[in-house]
Amino acid sequence: MKHPRAGLARETRRRPPISVAVALAVLVAVAVATVFAPWIVPDATAQDLMLGITGPGPGHPLGTDDLGRDVLELLVAGARTAVPGALCVAAGSMLIGNLVGLPAGYLGGWVDALAMRWADLVFSLPALLVAIVVAGVLGGGYGLAIAVLVVLFAPTDTRVVRGAVLEQRHRPYVEAAQLKNLSAWRIMTRHVWPNIAPVALANVFLNFAYALVSLASLSFLGLGVPAGSPDWGRTLSDNRTQFLTNPWTVIAPGLAIIATAAALNIVGDWLYERVDRRGRAR
Amino acid sequence: MAWRSWGAFLLRRFAGTAVVVVLLSIGVFGLLYLAPGSVQQTLLGTRPATPETIAAIQARYHLDDPLPVQYLSWLGGVLRGDLGVSIRTGSPVADMIGDRLPLTLALTGYGTLLSLLAGIPLGVAGALRRGRATDRLVVTAGVVGLSAPPFAVGLLLLVVFAAWLGWFPVYGTGEGLADQIWHLTLPAAALAVGAVGMLVRFSRAALIRELDQDYVVFARARGLSSAAVLGYALRNSLVPILTAAGLIVTGMLAGTVLVEVTFALPGLGSLLVDSVTFKDVPAVQALALLLTLLIAVVNLLVDVGYSVVDPRVRLGGRTS
Repeated sequence: MKHPRAGLARETRRRPPISVAVALAVLVAVAVATVFAPWIVPDATAQDLMLGITGPGPGHPLGTDDLGRDVLELLVAGARTAVPGALCVAAGSMLIGNLVGLPAGYLGGWVDALAMRWADLVFSLPALLVAIVVAGVLGGGYGLAIAVLVVLFAPTDTRVVRGAVLEQRHRPYVEAAQLKNLSAWRIMTRHVWPNIAPVALANVFLNFAYALVSLASLSFLGLGVPAGSPDWGRTLSDNRTQFLTNPWTVIAPGLAIIATAAALNIVGDWLYERVDRRGRAR
Repeated sequence: MAWRSWGAFLLRRFAGTAVVVVLLSIGVFGLLYLAPGSVQQTLLGTRPATPETIAAIQARYHLDDPLPVQYLSWLGGVLRGDLGVSIRTGSPVADMIGDRLPLTLALTGYGTLLSLLAGIPLGVAGALRRGRATDRLVVTAGVVGLSAPPFAVGLLLLVVFAAWLGWFPVYGTGEGLADQIWHLTLPAAALAVGAVGMLVRFSRAALIRELDQDYVVFARARGLSSAAVLGYALRNSLVPILTAAGLIVTGMLAGTVLVEVTFALPGLGSLLVDSVTFKDVPAVQALALLLTLLIAVVNLLVDVGYSVVDPRVRLGGRTS
């Protein structure tokens, strides 16, 4: 059952601001690169040691790195390495956040207290530092780094979901469902959740951005994807001594990370604001 | 009455911090057991497994004792300032940290200064010209700053300001105070970018909230100069900005690791990465514990500072 949206009709149907339009365009480009990289640039990691490092020129619009790999092709292929991991982190933490945040907000009591203490504890930790230490000492590589980040990101989702549920739980439609003697689980999943899902979705974008940057950082430090992978963070680290010869080896992956993360944050903020405004208009 | 409730508030905060630190210290101790391979092998590192080296490790780590006893003796050593011996270099970890601490402190201090100088004026400018082009530009710049990882920013700064324009040196730490500051400028700027983004967001939102208050309308109606009104609003909006301090410090500490590696600076961050890569567990444990303590202390100070500035916090109990 969806809560009737009284405010929707009054809501002005403005076009999204320019920054959001640009951000969406960036995200579409990144998504295309992520999905179709193997077809667009089938041999991005092919080395040409005879060619070596060259500046921009015919055949190589952004030049090549010291292994003779085309910088532009590496950039496109990099999306396929950088994005799926971050998506896993964002999706995984949203799943946990919903599974913990829904009962915490709806049931309250010790479930809530426990969930919030856990969130407090994890909140006081810098996610990236913990990931560096744990992933580094365990030597588990990329998979472990993703798992660690999921655990460290989940409290954000938990808090957001819990807050949204607290706002809903005394609404008349919830009380009506309670009077019908529906089980708490059914009310949470079928009645409350559809109303908080937009908030959770907006948060996915924000976590996605943070996860992308964190995984790129780990790869930059040599604790993420293996050496030679066309990952943006890894390429940046492999090429960091080459910027005097061909600056594009550094500029391209650096801007790719910044632009993608910024685009995700801009879209996430915009969604959040829209959802939030609609929530208040009810 | 008020003083007593404040005492209770402080006590509760101290206790909370202590619990977190103890829990995390157990986690840090556990790193030794999380590392792949046997604990003895981890502690031996690349040294040969002779009876002497094994005996030395036994004498130091009491590996046959029950785990709680091992933890307590480790913690006792840490409290006495004995952070163990690095597996990688063979020198005491406390000395290694002492050597590298000043650079990291200077870098964070410089970075904080730069972020305050850039972030708060930008946030104020956005709030004052709310909804206009300036504001939208400031907000977008803030989001980009918030999203940009320090290593990417650092390398782009190197390309532009060191390689193309030649204004700043590429690597090294410099000789003498002025030269050292000169060498630290690009790293500090790379570190500051994230904090600027955060400060812009917090200060803009806080000032907008204050400017909407009745007292601002009243002060304007009374004919106070806009500078005076801004002064009042700014002072009140500092309270929420202070809450961002904890986030900023945590972000900076994570940022120093990336910035020091990017600019090849010998600080605590690059020491952490070297130790982690080498699986130098004693050094990693010491650094992790140090970072834990730093973050806990900063969060405690922010809470206390917040309660000093805003009495409602200590009377109302929880901030969250």
